[in-house]
Amino acid sequence: MSLPRFRTERRELNAPLLRFLAPLLSVLVALFVAGFLLLAAGVDPAAAYLEIFRESVGSIYGLSETLVKATPLIFAGLGVSLAFRMQIWNIGAEGQIYIGAMAASGVALFSGIENHLLMLTCMLVAAFICGGLWAGVAGLLRVRWQVNEVIVTLLMNYIAILWTDYLLFGAWKDPKGFNFPLSAQFSDAARLGDYFNTRLHSGFFLALFCALLLYLLMERTVWGFEIKAIGSNPQAAQYAGMKTGPAIVLVLFLSGALAALAGFSEVAGLQHRLIHGISPGYGYTAIIIAWLARRSALGVVVVSFLMGILLVGGDSLQLTWQLPIAFIYAFQGLILFFLLAADFFLQYRIRRVAGGDA
Amino acid sequence: MPDLLQIEHIRKTFPGVVALDSVSFSVAPGEIHTLLGENGAGKSTLMNILTGLYRPDRGRILYAGREVRFARPRASLACGIGMVHQHFMLVPAHSVFENILLALDGVPGFFSRRRLRDRIQQVIDEFDLDLDLDSPVWKLSIGAQQWIELIKLLMRDCRLLILDEPTAVLTPQESERLFAVLTRLREQGKSVIFISHKMREVMEISDRVTVLKKGRSLTTLARGDFDQARLAGLMIGDDQVPQWRKQSRVGDDVVLDIRDLSVRNDRGLADLDSCSLELKKGEILGIAGVAGNGQKALAEVLTGLKKAASGRIFAAGEDITHSSARSSYIAGIAHIPEDRKSIGIAPDLSVDDNLILKSFKQPGFRRWIFQDRAAIRRNAREKIAQFAIKAGPDGAPVRYLSGGNIQKVIIARELSEDPAVLVALYPTRGLDIGSAEYVHKVMADGAARGMSTLLISEDLDELLKICDRIAVMFRGRVVGCVDPRQTTREAIGLMMSGEEVA
Repeated sequence: MSLPRFRTERRELNAPLLRFLAPLLSVLVALFVAGFLLLAAGVDPAAAYLEIFRESVGSIYGLSETLVKATPLIFAGLGVSLAFRMQIWNIGAEGQIYIGAMAASGVALFSGIENHLLMLTCMLVAAFICGGLWAGVAGLLRVRWQVNEVIVTLLMNYIAILWTDYLLFGAWKDPKGFNFPLSAQFSDAARLGDYFNTRLHSGFFLALFCALLLYLLMERTVWGFEIKAIGSNPQAAQYAGMKTGPAIVLVLFLSGALAALAGFSEVAGLQHRLIHGISPGYGYTAIIIAWLARRSALGVVVVSFLMGILLVGGDSLQLTWQLPIAFIYAFQGLILFFLLAADFFLQYRIRRVAGGDA
Repeated sequence: MPDLLQIEHIRKTFPGVVALDSVSFSVAPGEIHTLLGENGAGKSTLMNILTGLYRPDRGRILYAGREVRFARPRASLACGIGMVHQHFMLVPAHSVFENILLALDGVPGFFSRRRLRDRIQQVIDEFDLDLDLDSPVWKLSIGAQQWIELIKLLMRDCRLLILDEPTAVLTPQESERLFAVLTRLREQGKSVIFISHKMREVMEISDRVTVLKKGRSLTTLARGDFDQARLAGLMIGDDQVPQWRKQSRVGDDVVLDIRDLSVRNDRGLADLDSCSLELKKGEILGIAGVAGNGQKALAEVLTGLKKAASGRIFAAGEDITHSSARSSYIAGIAHIPEDRKSIGIAPDLSVDDNLILKSFKQPGFRRWIFQDRAAIRRNAREKIAQFAIKAGPDGAPVRYLSGGNIQKVIIARELSEDPAVLVALYPTRGLDIGSAEYVHKVMADGAARGMSTLLISEDLDELLKICDRIAVMFRGRVVGCVDPRQTTREAIGLMMSGEEVA
């Protein structure tokens, strides 16, 4: 007899309950494993988790900060999940956020519009269109020459980020900014309203509105059906008379446009100027969010909120225990890791096989 | 002589499904043993157990007198059990030679390419196959791809060959050739498990037949004890087979007129070579031919997946070869594709959604930009009842359905808009008797309503039974049309090999 062997078998049926429990379970397991990281750093995990919880949702201020953090994540998460829905892998949300921030800032700084509503509308539309066109390039390349959109969207991130820096270290630099890479402050017309004396701004409600819109679009409309069908089997969709090429370009356009709104909301709602590093990796976190949310628009909102908790809690961990922010990134990575593992176990099971070759 | 393979009381369940309840049979050395059963009777599961893909929950497998448990496909291969699957296990981008190489064990790191090629060529010559070792697999017809699978096993000297509906892709002559090969293998003392539900073949080739039904082996009959009626009776049991009668009502109007049509393939060769055909109103026109003689190209050009290089297509007198009318006309052609899983369905969507894949934009299924879910559900319920689809729980993805039911979903969708023309490629391939009869009934009913059907099939019995006229294709041309009431299988077979018949 040889050693016991293990092998994987495909599960024939899929329990819907498990599919929704899996993300929850992977978060819990990630919490558990991250506990060891905390222990290694000399921090009591229970105290740290309590701290995260208290700081992020334990007070009105904490809650508002969590929502502020969740806002760009929702926009970007929606964008990414829309593309993923069609099996288009848009890894470029980060760059699209920068493009959106740049476009909105350009309008805010140089248009000279004084009407509040008109100004914000122009900024929003500029961000939307520029982000859409930016991502649409990857769509065109994919449809026209079969260039892999993963590579294109990923590499275009660097272009967008460095382009922003080029402006901030050069033409757009605030003359009164002590040489920091910041643009001048926006006029009042170009600022989204705040609420409750906190940093919470209308961008959050716009994000919720977009989520609802996207949900309706995907689950209820004829167009959403087409996207889902193409995502499930492009060949079958094509043969049923759907035009996959234009759909791919359009989906990438919308995906980029939604991510770009994160940039708009950050500059108009929070920073009130364009700054270096306007997105500290929201676009990448959005990929995790889209996956955790199972590509559903409403799920994105929930998961973004959870991620907001992590980010706010992470800030306080830095302050209280001098933990590096890398801990939060490691934690995010653990969640995705366990979620992917959970996905695997949803589809396959592992069985012990006695004996080996006959 | 002791049995080569003995299977005793095999049981296999999947979550919620009993795929095999209790199956027992044995295969003697030098025997061709047929497994007969409807779709879902458990044939595929059983074969997957034999080849080490699944492990049984209960029961024993004895091979050459020893109890065996195959942990992996390699383990059963190492024993000399080889299988030609219904869905080929080939790497499409690799050449024929590379694919065969991939299947061989013990090829040293440095090997003589020429010597290996010679060995493979020997096998190819021995069985008289027409195969270019350097051609990439994706460029080959399905028939030719099957040969590669066979050669792989022959190169490995398997003692037990399992063939899962091998003749589905072959002409009668090719099937005869395959049977000759199998007979020769039998003479060499090798055993064959043959899966089929074409009665004629079963009668011709089998030494013994085991009938499977609903996961149980009903009985094993030796040659002489079985006849066509008995086997069919056992297989179907008390299941309902749809009854239909053909009414010939071919009109005079020409619905589709194809003149000197040529289509080129990726290699730039002509798949269709000035092919001409006429399809009349209410007619079921059969297309017979060896796989890869232009039938696929013909279907593709008619359904808009390929463009014509030259020639003309007229629909009801109007030239639609290139005009803008083409797309709208093509949208009205129903199409049952050859490869139903890869282009027929969106596997992750529900049955409801798959049923409206073509018509989802129509007013009946939408309100402004929104989908009318109630109407879609209603439509699904109607179709599921009308076409007797076993759809599982509501909203379940269509990929969990069996092959026959997936085919019914496709047919239900394609025929739901009362199309004037139906182009059906191998619509009954891999279906059980009940489902196949159902497909025939649907086509006959359609013809009675005035629908014209272009039926491309490799099953001559099917063509002879249902068609008003049979056109035979060879190398991209129609070599002749025959009246099924006045022709024989042999005559058609000769035409399929390229002989012009006056």
